[in-house]
Formats: sequence, C-alpha cells, structure tokens
Amino acid sequence: MAELGDLYQQVIIDHAKHPRNLRAIADPTRSAVGDNPLCGDRITVYLRLEGNLIADVSFEGSGCAISRASGSLMTSAVRGKSTAEAEDLFRAFHAMLTGTAGTAATPAPLGKLAAFAGVRQFPARVKCANLSWHALHAALTLSAESVSTE
Amino acid sequence: MTAASKPASRAPVHPVLDVERIRADFPLLALRVNGRPLVYLDSAATSQKPQQVIDATASYYAQANANVHRAVYSLSERATAAYEGVRGQVQRFLGAADPREIVFVRGATEAINLVAHSFGRARLRSGDEVVISAMEHHSDIVPWQLVCEERGAHLRVIPMNRDGELLLEEYAALLNVRTKLVAVTHVSNSLGTINPVKEMVALAHARGIPVLVDGAQAAPHLAVDVRDLDCDFYAVSGHKMIGPTGIGVLYGKAERLEGMPPYQGGGDMIRSVTFEKTTYAPLPAKFEAGTPNIAGVVGLGAALDYRAAMPWAAVEAHEADLLGYATERLSAIPGLKIVGTARHKVSVVSFVLEGVHAHDIGTIVDQQGVAIRSGHHCTQPVMDFFGVPATARASFAFYNTRREVDALAAAVMTVREVFG
Ligand SMILES: Cc1ncc(COP(=O)(O)O)c(C=O)c1O
Repeated sequence: MAELGDLYQQVIIDHAKHPRNLRAIADPTRSAVGDNPLCGDRITVYLRLEGNLIADVSFEGSGCAISRASGSLMTSAVRGKSTAEAEDLFRAFHAMLTGTAGTAATPAPLGKLAAFAGVRQFPARVKCANLSWHALHAALTLSAESVSTE
Repeated sequence: MTAASKPASRAPVHPVLDVERIRADFPLLALRVNGRPLVYLDSAATSQKPQQVIDATASYYAQANANVHRAVYSLSERATAAYEGVRGQVQRFLGAADPREIVFVRGATEAINLVAHSFGRARLRSGDEVVISAMEHHSDIVPWQLVCEERGAHLRVIPMNRDGELLLEEYAALLNVRTKLVAVTHVSNSLGTINPVKEMVALAHARGIPVLVDGAQAAPHLAVDVRDLDCDFYAVSGHKMIGPTGIGVLYGKAERLEGMPPYQGGGDMIRSVTFEKTTYAPLPAKFEAGTPNIAGVVGLGAALDYRAAMPWAAVEAHEADLLGYATERLSAIPGLKIVGTARHKVSVVSFVLEGVHAHDIGTIVDQQGVAIRSGHHCTQPVMDFFGVPATARASFAFYNTRREVDALAAAVMTVREVFG
C-alpha cells in the first residue's frame, strides 16, 4: 500500500513551505507556462541563459505542495547547468515518475530530486510533480508558449 | 433545507430515516479503500447506485433487450412499454403536465446543449443577450458561449455576494428587450446554494423571457415541481440521483418544444423521409434521434421507484442534519474556511485550508478512505470570484452518516500533521 510519507517526504514539505526561486525574472531569455487544466494549477518558468548556460532560473504560480516543491527543487537543480544537462535531468526525472527506464544509457544523477520517487504510487499526482519540468522543457526547446500536463 | 437543521415550524412529524438499511442497498458503500472503510463524500460528482438500479439494468439486458419503437414482435413492444413507462414516471417525478414534455438525453450537459443548439440558434440574433449566473457549471456556460459567438449575441452574468447568493436586484436590472433566455442553476455544485429559481422565473416571465433551469444538483436533494417553478426548461442528470450514467432528462414545456427545430437528425425522429423533404415526428421523438440508452432509462426508472419509496421529508431532514453537523465540525478546524455560506443550501460543503492546496487535502484524506473532490469543480469563475485556485468539497447524500462526517473531520485534522 502506498504510504503518505512516501509522497510527502521531508524535503518536499520543506520546499513546499519555503520554495526557493519563487519569483519572476525581469528580463528572461525565455519563459514558458505549464498548466494543468484539470486542477487549475498554473506555473511559469523563467530562464536567463548565458550562451548554453542556465545563469538564472525561477518559477511563479499557484499549485499544490507537490508542484511547488517540484518547482523549487527543479530550479535549484538546473541553475548553473548547461541546457543539455538540464534536458538530461528532465528526461531522468520523467523516467523516474513514469517508471520507464528512460532512454539515456547512463541517466543523469537525480540527487535530491529522488525525493519524488514516491509520487509514482499516486498516479493522480504525477502531473503535479511534472508540471514545472514540462514548463522548463518547453522554455528550453521553445516548443510552445504554454504546455499542459493533461 | 437550510444550514440550520431546524425543522420548519409546522412541518409534519416525519419518520426517522433508517440509514443503515438504506446503506445495505448500496453495495459500493461496503467497499474498503486503502485498508479503511470507504467514506464516500462525492455524491455531487456522481451518486452511488442501489442494487435495485443495478439489477434493473442487468435484467433489462438479460430479459427484455430489443430496440424500441421499431418492431411488431412482443419483445420489442415490451421494451417500448418499459421505456415509455419510465417517461411517465419522470413526468410525475418532475410534476410535468404531459409525458411529451420529457426528452431522454445523455445527461444534464446534453439537455443544456440541446436547448442551446435548437432553441438558441433559432432564436438568437446579433445583439441579443443570454443571462446566466456567476455560479454556473461549465456545462451551463460553454454551450451559451458557443451559440452566442455563432449568432453575435452576448452573455450577461448575474453577480453573487461573498456568501455565494445571487443578487436578485442586479438580476432584474440585467433583463431587457434584448434578453432572449435566462439559464440558471437551481443548486450550485461547488457552493451548495439553492437559488430562488421560482422568483427568478417570475421576473423573467414578466418580460416574456423564457428560463432554463439546470437541475443537475437540485433533483438529487429537493422535491422538484416544474409546474410550480413554471420554468420553460429543466435539465436533470440521472447519475447524480442514484441512476445509471449516460442518462438524463430535458423537461421542456410542450409549446416551447413544439416550436423548436430538431437537435440531431436520424432514425426515430422523423415522420417521413424523402430526398426532397423530411417531416419530423411529434414530441418527444423529434428530439430523440437514434437508438436511445434504453438500459439507462430502465435503470432511471428503478432509481425513481427507489426514491418514491423513501419518506422524502425524512430524507431532507437527514441531509439538513448532515449539512449542519459537517458545517459545525469543519468550521472548528483551525485555518479552515468554508466557501459557500448561503442561507439556503443543500448538503455540499466546499472548503479551503490555510496554506494547504485542495489536492493535498484530497490525497491525504483519501489515505484514510475518505473520498472528496478537490479542484475547481467545473466552476472556474466561482474559484476566481473567491480568489482561490481550488477547493476541497464534501458532498453528502441521504446514505451518508454523522459517523462519516466525523471520519472526514478527523482526516482533515491529519492534513495539519503532515504539513506540521
Ligand atoms: C450544476 C451542474 N450542471 C450540470 C452538470 C453536468 O451534468 P452531467 O454529468 O449529467 O452532464 C453537473 C455535473 O457535474 C452539475 O453539477
């Protein structure tokens, strides 16, 4: 049986209550909105790129504890990384949540992001954990102005 | 029924509802979820079904399945008689004058879409107005937006106050010569408010404006009388009132329905077809193209039978008690705020918890077997009005108990512990 503690890990609660990088960037190189029409959650991710380097990254928006913590940990994880490294993390994170092996031969090390592993047991909440990552991915690839996790 | 569970002054003494006996009729209520007994508090989304409804649907397929209105053999006649028999039951249930005024549809959504397509498209001209309310379900907003856009008409919205009550003076002021229809919900699914629809119909009729009432959330709780309300259309959803999914009812006054063009074309809705010209069948067949949801209709009939056998005054008193008790128990939780505090409510309690998103509440209480809804409940404008992204909503049916309210309150208390 899925346990609540698997979902609401201490690090997730901490980041949900005290989200890092919860702000707008005045002059972002790129930004993208992720929204989850089913719950009305909406998150904007801002990026300031210097060449291929993510010099600054932040997020804004309303959402549940899982989506806030995910935004907080995502922005903390990709700051200072190259865009390619951030995309690797996106894929590894997505693979962890969906229980697929992922495509990379050696998946990017997830570090603190592994706290979200328990979300997999709560299928209705997977999209909450994914939301900011999909927005990041959209901003990185400029695939869309708004992405949806539905 | 009001938040205060005080019986009306001269109400007859009603028998107490034997809730445990009723619960035994609903097999799903005996389920265990996450190792705990299921506490099902999401009947506003869809109600559970008694065995009688489940059996009626099954035995229709096992013993009476044949298409309706089409053949001369006995089995088909029996299916037709069962189908048309339920139409009569619905007519009596809603207090309609004539069974021809009862159209079977998929649900409340289709009932509203039928009126928007048929009546709306035929009547609306550029510059006309359709009046809806600030607390409509998306299914009573979007069909009107679509038809207004197509016809160059405009949507006007009756505002509400912070308790979730419509402002009747503002409503009266919205009505004018360009108003071609009022579409308003009888009961709000996200706030629980019972709107004074009879008064609202009278105000519209004084100006010759027809009114559609969305009864999806009212019919499960209230004794509805469409002739007393005098509304022109009334939409009902079967699955919210212990009936099967995929069946609903549109009530329409005969003279209104007569004057409306068909909604969908096909079999059963015609009188004669040639490639040059088709003439339509009389009511209600004109609006029932194709093979209908016969099993659903039969199941709905069983649901109405079940309901008719219940002492309704006792049901209303029991639900009022649950509403009052849940309001009291939840209000006592620190940081909890109830959204929707109208004087007249059905047993629906929406709430927010300071610093905690509704989805986290939903997941945490689910671990204790408590099923509530979290989200915008298909009423995004209501969420915007109250400045919240979402609410948690517990909705009670006659089969719920005070013990289940206790389970809800205890489960909500643990939300605080998780976020402690
Ligand atoms: C007020 C209201 N109107 C309409 C609907 C749609 O009903 P149905 O599911 O029968 O299409 C609902 C259901 O959620 C509702 O609550």
